Amino acid sequence: MSKFIIREKLFFHAGRIFAFLCLAILLGIFIVLLIQSLPAIKNFGFSFILSSQWSPNQEKFGGLSAIYGSLMGTILAMIFAIPLSLGISIFLNEICPKRLKNIIGSSIDLLAAIPSIVYGMWGLFYLTPVIGKIFGGMGLGILSASIILSIMILPIMSAITRDCMQTTPDILKESAYALGATKSEVIKDVIIPYVKIGIIGGIILSLGRALGETMAVTFVIGNSHKIATSLLTPATNIPATLANEFAEADSEIYYSSLFYLALILFCLSFLIIATAKFYLMKKIQQNHQGKK
Amino acid sequence: MKKKNLIINKRMRYSQAILVISSIFALLALSILFLILGTLFYKGFHALGLNIFLKDTASPWENGGLRNVIIGQLILSFGALLIGMPLGVLGGTYLREYAKNPRLANIIRNINDVMMATPSIVIATFIYAVIVVPMGHFSGWAGIIALSIIMLPIILKTTDDMLSLVPDSLREASMALGSPKYKTILNVVYRGAKTGILTGILLAFSRITGEVAPLLFTSLNSAFFTFNLNQPFPSLTITMFQYASSPYKEWQELGFGGAFLLALFILGINITIKIILHKNKGKK
Repeated sequence: MSKFIIREKLFFHAGRIFAFLCLAILLGIFIVLLIQSLPAIKNFGFSFILSSQWSPNQEKFGGLSAIYGSLMGTILAMIFAIPLSLGISIFLNEICPKRLKNIIGSSIDLLAAIPSIVYGMWGLFYLTPVIGKIFGGMGLGILSASIILSIMILPIMSAITRDCMQTTPDILKESAYALGATKSEVIKDVIIPYVKIGIIGGIILSLGRALGETMAVTFVIGNSHKIATSLLTPATNIPATLANEFAEADSEIYYSSLFYLALILFCLSFLIIATAKFYLMKKIQQNHQGKK
Repeated sequence: MKKKNLIINKRMRYSQAILVISSIFALLALSILFLILGTLFYKGFHALGLNIFLKDTASPWENGGLRNVIIGQLILSFGALLIGMPLGVLGGTYLREYAKNPRLANIIRNINDVMMATPSIVIATFIYAVIVVPMGHFSGWAGIIALSIIMLPIILKTTDDMLSLVPDSLREASMALGSPKYKTILNVVYRGAKTGILTGILLAFSRITGEVAPLLFTSLNSAFFTFNLNQPFPSLTITMFQYASSPYKEWQELGFGGAFLLALFILGINITIKIILHKNKGKK
């Protein structure tokens, strides 16, 4: 019997340690990034976020251009991706013939698995020349980056939206049709309100993904630390700066500034997910209470 | 009467316009996605040859291959799997089966979700500060640990979710027969949640196989064929990154060959997942 007790305890404690490991790692990431970026925080303080000067020679660093690039690229990507993914889900759920629906749906699921570097390479070799031809210049910049980002998050976003839309009870739709509603009215007034929370959840999830995406953007954003006045001039964002310059950084303050950027990115993504969870949890709870 | 018809017509036309627009959006999005896949397959298939599997990476005019980096990538991914799988499964089991304080368990679940969304490049900087700097050089171990940290929350979450689907009556029946709790979990609960947990593991595996950012400052890359994890370690994805941004045509082509192989591998894993889930559905 004692053999069982020992094994039981082993199983229990191992599980407990591993479950708390997540907590420890997340806390560890925050603490380590904070410690590493302390020199930069002491040196530049809060003005790091407001300054766009990035000159390793003079040891002066400011993160504004990278932060601006990250936010701008992500917002634009969402603007491109949201209508497209809504279109895909409406098409699959309401218009598409049943036989095609499964095939297209599964292939979108599969596209979500394609690694980001593949999208990045495609962007570099095929998208930037086209953008360059249409708008002039090299085609490197926030516009290309946000297009690539929106293509990357499209499969995830539309898979979530489509799955949510499928959960609308048929009886709701049928009663709306019976009252004489047209298809677009059913979509607008029945389906979308019913699945709103799910769609918003999917959008926020892909927002977090787009914000932290590194390789696809690094290929096409152009890597210049000037604030891009136009969407077509080379710019940078936080992940691309980290990917490009981490290996080159030669002074302590340079390293520390990069860690500062990483800390900002970490906090941003943490905030996004936390708001999403908080907001959605509240909404879902309200819904439950409403139904009771 | 006529006026009423007009209104109905207007609404019908509006509805049709909306449907046409959403169809156009859908077709546009789908054609972009398949265009990417098409060019990748076309370019990649052309670059593919026996050379890729038989020769190591070399300078652009030496007609090299990708053998060392493909094997390196496989070692990194499977290494991460070996660490991440037991940690994630046991952690998820604890949350669902043992955690007495539901509030604490929920906090861990939320933290886990935040971890899942943490950008992989941030995890790379963390590992750089914690492992690479103290060791003094880039190493394969650092890469494996970075990848397993990305993997852990995905496996933990799916295990947790899948265990919650196993009915309590099964657990009670096993306990009533006198088996200790860990045996109940191993022999009864895991058996019920097997496919779900396996799916989560495969999903996490396919996710980390394509990752570049976490390897950038952990295992870096190596041009040699090596099994020594204490040194910079060869990886396919970083080689693709370097080759694609290089000015040499030969390297760019090899990069596309690599991209094709990687996409094929990951698609293969995901199709396997779909087949497993489909089979399971059939049983029920």
